[in-house]
Amino acid sequence: MFSQRHLLDIESLSREDIVTVLDLAERFREISERPIKKVPTLRGKTVVNLFMEPSTRTRSSFEVAEKRMSADSLNFSASGSATKKGETLLDTVRNLQAMAPDFIVIRHAYAGAPHFIARHVDAAVINAGDGAHAHPTQALLDCATIREHKGPLDGLEIAIVGDIAHSRVARSDIFAFTKLGANVRLSGPRTMIPRHVEALGVRVEPTVEAALEGADVVMTLRIQAERQGGLCLFPSTREYARTFGINHQRLALAKPDAIVMHPGPINRGVEMTPEVADSERSVILSQVTHGVAVRMAVLFLLAGSPPVE
Amino acid sequence: MSLLIRGGRVIDPESGVDREADVLIEEGRIARVDKGIESSARSIDARGQLVVPGLVDVHVHLREPGDEHKETIESGARAAAAGGFTTVCCMANTRPVNDSRAVTEFISRRAREVDLVNVRPVGALTQGLAGKALCEYADMKTAGVVALSDAGRCVMDAGLMRRALEYASTFGLPVMQHCEDAELAGDGIVHEGLMSTRTGLRAQPAQAESIIVARDMELVELTGARYHALHITTGASLRHLRAAKTRGLPVSCEVTPHHFTLSDEACLSYDTSTRVKPPLREASDVEALREAIADGTIDIIASAHAPHAVSDKELEYELSSPGISGLETSLALSLALWREGICDLSRLVQMMSCRPAELLGLYGAGSLRGGAPADVTVIDPEQSWTVDPTRFRSLGRNTPFAGQTLKGCATHTIVGGRVVYQRGAAGSEAPAPA
Repeated sequence: MFSQRHLLDIESLSREDIVTVLDLAERFREISERPIKKVPTLRGKTVVNLFMEPSTRTRSSFEVAEKRMSADSLNFSASGSATKKGETLLDTVRNLQAMAPDFIVIRHAYAGAPHFIARHVDAAVINAGDGAHAHPTQALLDCATIREHKGPLDGLEIAIVGDIAHSRVARSDIFAFTKLGANVRLSGPRTMIPRHVEALGVRVEPTVEAALEGADVVMTLRIQAERQGGLCLFPSTREYARTFGINHQRLALAKPDAIVMHPGPINRGVEMTPEVADSERSVILSQVTHGVAVRMAVLFLLAGSPPVE
Repeated sequence: MSLLIRGGRVIDPESGVDREADVLIEEGRIARVDKGIESSARSIDARGQLVVPGLVDVHVHLREPGDEHKETIESGARAAAAGGFTTVCCMANTRPVNDSRAVTEFISRRAREVDLVNVRPVGALTQGLAGKALCEYADMKTAGVVALSDAGRCVMDAGLMRRALEYASTFGLPVMQHCEDAELAGDGIVHEGLMSTRTGLRAQPAQAESIIVARDMELVELTGARYHALHITTGASLRHLRAAKTRGLPVSCEVTPHHFTLSDEACLSYDTSTRVKPPLREASDVEALREAIADGTIDIIASAHAPHAVSDKELEYELSSPGISGLETSLALSLALWREGICDLSRLVQMMSCRPAELLGLYGAGSLRGGAPADVTVIDPEQSWTVDPTRFRSLGRNTPFAGQTLKGCATHTIVGGRVVYQRGAAGSEAPAPA
């Protein structure tokens, strides 16, 4: 069962919604392994990929998912292009609505933009990342990856390290992991820990070592130097890497079979050492593969088609 | 021309009146307040209603000159009259800024031409609201400004703020501060707390406000100048204000209906009508505001009426313009305080009429004493109505209360003895009946 008309965030999903996506994604993974990687499921459906902020990975992943489902997709990268001409987001969206798309996949620099769009269109809206708010398909693919390597998330110890405060991935991961029953610990400099985050059912650890102790999963977040602006969250990447970066010594505190994840793109030598990133513990590329399958599943569920058998 | 308001419950805290009585108006002034006045004057049947000194809102944005697509002095005055206000003080953040005698005179002239409610301009504290140099306060006072404020901007330079307070006090002009530390607030537009952690909206801590209140209390101690804190929103700010009042400093503060009614949970929907400056705060702050209304720390209610065009609000949350069109809902939201037992009606009238008039030295406003200008509001406290922004007189339809059913409204707004608003039975001059 999937209860949503749009996929705007993880917070509004039930545990059952999440499991539905993950189960379906598991079945869809097989499509990408066929010699002809295409099913006719979304033939005749139109998807607009509206990317108002630069993105390579997420956008490619959505495009591949759409193509494998036989949807017609249209890329609209408006990194300010329309807005710079004085067109508002509402104008842009009304123009798109006039083309009668079935889906709008939206990436936007401002939190809540997908909610705004969802109020003004008939299409199903999929949030591909909005400001520091949410990145639900990323969280779903993270869950799929963890499930593949560790089994059900119930009772797993998951450490998230880095800039939680400015990360949409962290917010969506926290909601997804806790809904699936995992225990989440956070670590990072206090400048990167949002206030009252404990109210979301997570623990803030005093040191990165404490967060890693006995962890099944270590999720590191990209240090977004480009988003820092004048925020002054840390003095230097050198100090960050030395204090919070994941290296083999720190990773040794986690369970022996713990996996290391990263939503990409990695700043090698900052969030983790290259040795860790390239080690057998790293499942970063598996995350990418799951990304395609999860996005296929989301498109399928929001299309409201009868289940394939 | 005379007018008799018959049989209402007259509440005039100034003269200690709270009883059923008639109010006789002659030649634009209050002639008598008494029982059973015999007069051949045209009469208003006010039985079951409240008759109070005309309401005063010291903090509104009328947008003219410069942003007439958002509001004009005329549409704003109509909104004020419909909301029960007989006097409004308009902020200086127009285009051009009201930082000179010429702009003050323009506003005063437009208000005279419109000729509905009393419009009293608040002049800029610094030239261009830039926080760098003082304006010509003496000249602006001659042209009619009743107070000084940089409106939505906070004077960050403590040295300049000190000089502004001193210079303003030379001419007896109160200084109204928008308390928001620009550096601590950064690009934060919502309250920093669990809501911002959930929504990812850029946030500012409550301390961005209270740190300026604390600093300004020290500057008031230094200068002895009359100081008014605009739209206070946090418990910490109130602690500083309470302490300053105990020390006998000449400070006052206001609260808006939206800040004592809504918490930051309203922002979870990303509805841009909830974007306001200062931002909606968390529930404990809302509770602190209501306590401060009850204990008298808060002097007055002001709407901070900030009308915007649809195109200023139909945007990404963080790109939308902050503000709520509040003149037409202020009275009903404030009456809820009385209904919920937070204050009595006399105190409510003080907060919405007497005290604001006193704070800004608005001669004759806020009183029903014999001889005072006949600015009177007749209120039906029990009338239910549904907020329908498309029926606002204000050009700004930006309100988070759209669709809500509120209780209480002005039935007659009388300025200088003239009825400038009368709530119709069912026609366009009425708030929609529930």
